[in-house]
Amino acid sequence: MNITQQVVNAIWLGGVYSLFALGYALVFSILGVLNLAHSAVFMWGAFIGLVMVTQFSFSVWLAIPVAMLGAGLIGVLLDAVAFAPLRRRNAPRIAQLISSIGAAILLVNIAQLIFGTQPERFPLGSIPTDTIEGLPFRITPIQIIILLVSVALMALLQYMVIRTRAGQAMRAVAFNQRVASLLGVNVSGIFRMTFFLAGALAGAAGVLYGLAYNSMTPFMGDQVALKGLTVIVLGGMGNIQGAVVGGFVVAALEVFSIANGGSNYRDAFVFTLLFLILLFRPQGLVGQKEHTRA
Amino acid sequence: MALLEVSNLHTSYGAIKALRGITFQVERGQVVSLIGANGAGKSTTLNSISGLLKPSSGKVLFNGRDITGWRADRVTGLGLVQVPEGRLVIANMSVEENLWMGAYPRKDRAGIQADLNDIFARFPRLAERRTQKAGSLSGGEQQMLAVGRALMVQPTLLMLDEPSMGLAPLLVNEIFHIIAEIKDRGIPILLVEQNARKALQIADYGYVIERGTIAYEGPAEQLQQNPKIISAYLG
Repeated sequence: MNITQQVVNAIWLGGVYSLFALGYALVFSILGVLNLAHSAVFMWGAFIGLVMVTQFSFSVWLAIPVAMLGAGLIGVLLDAVAFAPLRRRNAPRIAQLISSIGAAILLVNIAQLIFGTQPERFPLGSIPTDTIEGLPFRITPIQIIILLVSVALMALLQYMVIRTRAGQAMRAVAFNQRVASLLGVNVSGIFRMTFFLAGALAGAAGVLYGLAYNSMTPFMGDQVALKGLTVIVLGGMGNIQGAVVGGFVVAALEVFSIANGGSNYRDAFVFTLLFLILLFRPQGLVGQKEHTRA
Repeated sequence: MALLEVSNLHTSYGAIKALRGITFQVERGQVVSLIGANGAGKSTTLNSISGLLKPSSGKVLFNGRDITGWRADRVTGLGLVQVPEGRLVIANMSVEENLWMGAYPRKDRAGIQADLNDIFARFPRLAERRTQKAGSLSGGEQQMLAVGRALMVQPTLLMLDEPSMGLAPLLVNEIFHIIAEIKDRGIPILLVEQNARKALQIADYGYVIERGTIAYEGPAEQLQQNPKIISAYLG
């Protein structure tokens, strides 16, 4: 087994997982609710990117921001339809969780109606797939793009949350909605913004994942949904740095289990990890103790 | 025209009527205290003005403008700023970040920086702990931070909800010193307190709330002489 090669694979795949899981973490940190429609938004991002490339002859570089915008808007719509009405009625968190499952089914069904269930691909030549020569491991330009885009987006998000006024408002809302509103923060606006950001990150992750495996179906979200949950449990629910670390850990576990002949069991490895974390370190690897949200 | 005019305010929690027609006002430059027993409706009154609760009927006029039922962030944006009960500083932000957060409705960076320096000059203990997480401060320091944070908005009227609650006697004195200082700077204050004695000592005018309505009102000095109030609240 070529260790260097596995590490390289784990790094670019980890980038996609982290990007995807950050959306879960963002929404959870301010709402205390898992958005189980997040993987459907991911899938929509991939298809928006695909349509941009196939129907509008966009380059991949241009398709990514368009997919982010589209998926971000789907996120805002999701909040308006599936979450906001329940929040207004002070519905319990479990009701919001179930509502998000319903929204996920609806989003997947609409995609089935439009795109069918046969796997779709990016056309040949739209993505550079030739291996870069002269390196001690195999890496394609698209894998480098995936890594660069995901790291850049994660850095941007971190900067936004820590340094900007909007990021401060998000942190205030995450701490306590009543206090944030007394400080002059429009709490509903922050919810919308968070859903937009989470959707945009899922959209980017969707396009990158689609590029990596070049096979997209309306059910592609299922492949990452539970892995994303494992990532945020690992990182400590709603912890942004934790989601980044967790993404790379889950990717590494998956890649190394494949390399050791465990291809058929790779999901078993990931979910065994989830189980062990829940059992022995429920606050996550990076998380602090005492988080009693639903 | 008074700065704040509240008339016939009713607020319910489900079937429970917490406020049954509260009427009072705060004049410019005044400190007004609302006193009363636990559960009489003092905090509910503040929350119904600041937008944390929606009153079912009645009227709130601020600077002549009808703000009844406004969202809390818009009320704060007008300079009507509430320091909530239990202090509630943002525990995982530093002292300085909390103060910047207080200035959230403002856009003038230079002015904010000047006010920040002013707060640190006035509360040296906050200056010493400026990079410390707010959650690690003592109760008294958190209350100072909560008041400092509210001052960062440059309030037109400051509403303080039980600022002395849970503090040791020495710290209670310190908090009331701070309130007196804010008063001297000409910032009007609406003070809700269980410590009726101190609240009336510092106030120009006082109201006593009993079971959701105003039972007594008058200049603070007169209320302090009123035998009924002495036996019920100052004894």
